[in-house]
Amino acid sequence: MALLELRDVYKTFPAVRGGQAVEAVRGVDLTVEAGEIVGIVGYSGAGKSTLVRLINALESTTSGSVRVDGQEITTLRERELRQVRLGIGMIFQQFNLFSSRTAWGNIAYPLEVAGVPRQEQHQRVSDLLHFVGLADKAHSYPDQLSGGQKQRVGIARALATSPSLLLADESTSALDPETTEEVLALLRRVNRELGITIVVITHEMEVVRSLAHRVVVMEAGRVVEEGRVLDVLSEPQRPVTRRFVGTIVDDEPDAETLAALRERHPGRFVKLSFRGHDVRQSEVFGRLLRHDVRFELVYGGIEEVQGDTFGNLTLALDGAPAAVEAAIRDVQDLVPTKELG
Amino acid sequence: MDLDTNLSQLWPLVWQSTYETLYIVAITLVLGGLLGLLLGLALYVTRRGGLYESRVANAVLNVFVNFFRPIPFVIFIAAVQPLARVVVGIGIGNRAIIFALTLAAAFGISRIVEQNLVTVDPGVIEAARSVGASRPRIIRTVLIPEALGPLILGYTFVFVALVDMSAIAGVIGGGGLGNFALQYGYRQFDTVVTWTAVLIIVALVQVVQLTGNTLARRVLRR
Ligand SMILES: Nc1ncnc2c1ncn2[C@@H]1O[C@H](COP(=O)(O)OP(=O)(O)O)[C@@H](O)[C@H]1O
Ligand SMILES: [Mg+2]
Repeated sequence: MALLELRDVYKTFPAVRGGQAVEAVRGVDLTVEAGEIVGIVGYSGAGKSTLVRLINALESTTSGSVRVDGQEITTLRERELRQVRLGIGMIFQQFNLFSSRTAWGNIAYPLEVAGVPRQEQHQRVSDLLHFVGLADKAHSYPDQLSGGQKQRVGIARALATSPSLLLADESTSALDPETTEEVLALLRRVNRELGITIVVITHEMEVVRSLAHRVVVMEAGRVVEEGRVLDVLSEPQRPVTRRFVGTIVDDEPDAETLAALRERHPGRFVKLSFRGHDVRQSEVFGRLLRHDVRFELVYGGIEEVQGDTFGNLTLALDGAPAAVEAAIRDVQDLVPTKELG
Repeated sequence: MDLDTNLSQLWPLVWQSTYETLYIVAITLVLGGLLGLLLGLALYVTRRGGLYESRVANAVLNVFVNFFRPIPFVIFIAAVQPLARVVVGIGIGNRAIIFALTLAAAFGISRIVEQNLVTVDPGVIEAARSVGASRPRIIRTVLIPEALGPLILGYTFVFVALVDMSAIAGVIGGGGLGNFALQYGYRQFDTVVTWTAVLIIVALVQVVQLTGNTLARRVLRR
């Protein structure tokens, strides 16, 4: 049984004086298996935040079904929902730490809510502070912590009641690249070491690439594409997905870049696409070397995704026309190629 | 300036009046403060997006507060005198003044409380909801602690305003420093007596303001 199951979920915000009603989520189906990390990506206003807030019922669902661990939550009352929320952690873009409480006090809060005895609280908070590497900051207030430290406190707080599901809404968007990597690494540990299922929302494809197993693309309240990260990155179907993929993967040079490259590099331009482990670069280049051609790598790159590699490399091949033609033919059996005009 | 003064015979009355002012203001601050806190909380939580969002309740509360708050205090005393007779059993004297002050303070404080609560980051309330905290618990353990610094400053401000308002107590036979200054200073052309009362009031206000600032600073850790 899936840990999370959304069926035909709608969320409409009623019109406020003079305005129009907003259909933030329109007919979303989503299944998340236990142990997965799912990335939900989309532009601002796509309905991502609203969608996750339906999962822990911070917003009420207009219609459709939301099942958490098999339990339908759309029909529960506030009192019962509080119980469900104890089993779902959440972290936020702006961290949302209680400024009147120390790091310790922040992490202890969910335990107080859950009615955990003092002695146990003590042990748990201490363990969590160690897990997130902030044992020395236990008595610091949020305004004495850096952004990365605040988010680590946020993560510890979200994990306090040992939830099975963690919701992360733009949890690294307020952080610099280095700190982002730290927080993503911590989230990977949360998933691997604690077996916690994670739903990350982001507008940064890089976060999806480095963290998620599966990606869901949202546009205007709908899921427009989903699949394994490697598949979606290597063969994006929808324009919005292609734009997102384009932010982290160099596909091929645009016309202007191509013209500039041609001035500096002689020969024919060929794009080679690598997908997963099927083809080794060494094999492809080995084949090219059998022919009497010179080649240069002029554009592209190789990405790492969940242990797989993929990417596009554009080569400029120079030499006798017949030799170049033979070389291109030769590698065509190994990888998809495309001649750039 | 004529400094002919009766001050030397009036010292016992000075201390009696100081005590009365403190007593009136303190009781008012506690009762009005509590009432104002509840009213302010109600104004806040019924707002759009609030924990107990209710357009009707919020509109009713707003009309209610806006109706009473602008009434000048000296008129307010007279207006609530019949109510004072019912509630505290008497329409004149310190008890009646405390009653009127408490009501007036509650309306004023409710706005101060509401304004300070609005500055609390909605994100922290969301965070508390996300871990399954109940709404009353959120009010008690998140909302008020997060707004505590400004709330203390707000209540300090109210204390000073109450000292000011309590000076009018004499009109319904209440006591205190204000009444003392008017009766034994101003009406007797005894400038020294007037200024003695003034200085005590100033000293009192200073001490309270300083205490409030210190407390707020400690809470805000600045
Ligand atoms: N509480 C709300 N009331 C009214 N409209 C809202 C509310 N929350 C979000 N919306 C609207 O719903 C749409 C989706 O917003 P959101 O879920 O925050 O998108 P995202 O997280 O993808 O940027 C937006 O048009 C936004 O203005
Ligand atoms: Mg959002």
